[in-house]
Amino acid sequence: MFELSPTEWTAIQLSLRVATVATLVATPLGIAAAWLLARRDFWGKPVVDAAIHLPLVLPPVVTGYLLLLTFGRRGLVGAWLADHLGIVFAFRWTGAALACGIMSFPLLVRPIRLSIEAVDLRLEQAAATLGAAPWRVFLTVTLPLALPGVLAGMVLGFAKAIGEFGATITFVSNIPGETQTISSAIYSLIQTPDGDAAALRLVAVSIVIAMSAMIASEWFARRALLRLHGN
Amino acid sequence: MLRIEVAKQLGEFSLQASLVSEGRVTGLFGASGAGKTSLVNIIAGLLRPDRGSIVIDDETLDDTAAGVHVPAHRRRIGYVFQDARLFPHLDVRQNLDYGRRMNRLADDHAERARVTALLDIGGLLDRRPGQLSGGERQRVALGRALLAKPRLLLLDEPLGSLDEERKIEILPYLVRLRDEAGVPMVYVSHDAGEMRQLATSIVMLQRGRVIAFGGAEVLPPAPT
Repeated sequence: MFELSPTEWTAIQLSLRVATVATLVATPLGIAAAWLLARRDFWGKPVVDAAIHLPLVLPPVVTGYLLLLTFGRRGLVGAWLADHLGIVFAFRWTGAALACGIMSFPLLVRPIRLSIEAVDLRLEQAAATLGAAPWRVFLTVTLPLALPGVLAGMVLGFAKAIGEFGATITFVSNIPGETQTISSAIYSLIQTPDGDAAALRLVAVSIVIAMSAMIASEWFARRALLRLHGN
Repeated sequence: MLRIEVAKQLGEFSLQASLVSEGRVTGLFGASGAGKTSLVNIIAGLLRPDRGSIVIDDETLDDTAAGVHVPAHRRRIGYVFQDARLFPHLDVRQNLDYGRRMNRLADDHAERARVTALLDIGGLLDRRPGQLSGGERQRVALGRALLAKPRLLLLDEPLGSLDEERKIEILPYLVRLRDEAGVPMVYVSHDAGEMRQLATSIVMLQRGRVIAFGGAEVLPPAPT
């Protein structure tokens, strides 16, 4: 029963690739956004905060459709990127990574923001009096102390990215080998006669991946507490 | 030489201080709420004065009229806080080395050995701040500030969070620091006894104003 077919393997591998790329590209942006939200007050901050969280509350199909309008072949940004940089998102796995990155962004940013907020400002002041310029204070004090939160955010973002369905299928469709992730493969399988066994196998795989991510994320959160107490 | 003339409004509290000091250890003395910490934060560059100027050895660090404000990290002013503020993710050795790295100073073994011996912290180098006693933490914080080679050292109630026994443990180190380290200091305390032992000139603050300046005679009489 637990023999994975080549199609299923392809879907799992694609999911892992899409989620990994989405997470790695989103992490630096997420750290920047989290730092801005945690440490800076600027005009329009509530709007930026809301925009980051929007994919969490919008129907995924809306996000996917907006991505299609923006980054599709004839979309404003999509056409420009294709003509000038040769980057195409529509109906490619890169588009799936973009959709997953945007959908998982709020989950990535939140733990990072919380852990940056938990870093004692007084330690940052001490670093400044020892000669550290603001960017070095960030790299040598804030970021290392927030690191467990960053890792927790990455794990959560990765788990979300691997499970993303609505925005991805709307934006890049469900093409085996190109954009068919675990979720869209399951969706296809349960609409196919005799697809149940295969669907269940992929369901088991997703449960294992999601559980591992949650456990890893908990572990990082505990590490964060220990680290902040200097033991 | 340290020349300060600043005004700062902090909520209800207004600080207006002007003083000139050439002493090796300038004592900032006053009850809590007198504005001592605010004044020290202004000297360190952590707080920006509303009006006024700060000059150390002919270098202007703040001059609101001329729009000058040197940021804290470029002042080369060491700061020892009441709560030590060691970096919890670094061990003692890395804490001590932090200022040197940030200021891109050459590795100075002799200086490190001297400061480590002066403060008696050689045995703590591999520990994490969480594994140190309050007194040890404060000595490491002193060493960390000194090793950044500051031109002025600010000490804000460095004994404030310690019990009597620990205070007696640390005071001799501070006296040694004054006599051997060769760095001018501003020492903040509300304890007249500490002032008598350490300060060479004393600035008395009350409700944000300097009310007296001079030697030990400006302190309240010692209990007999």
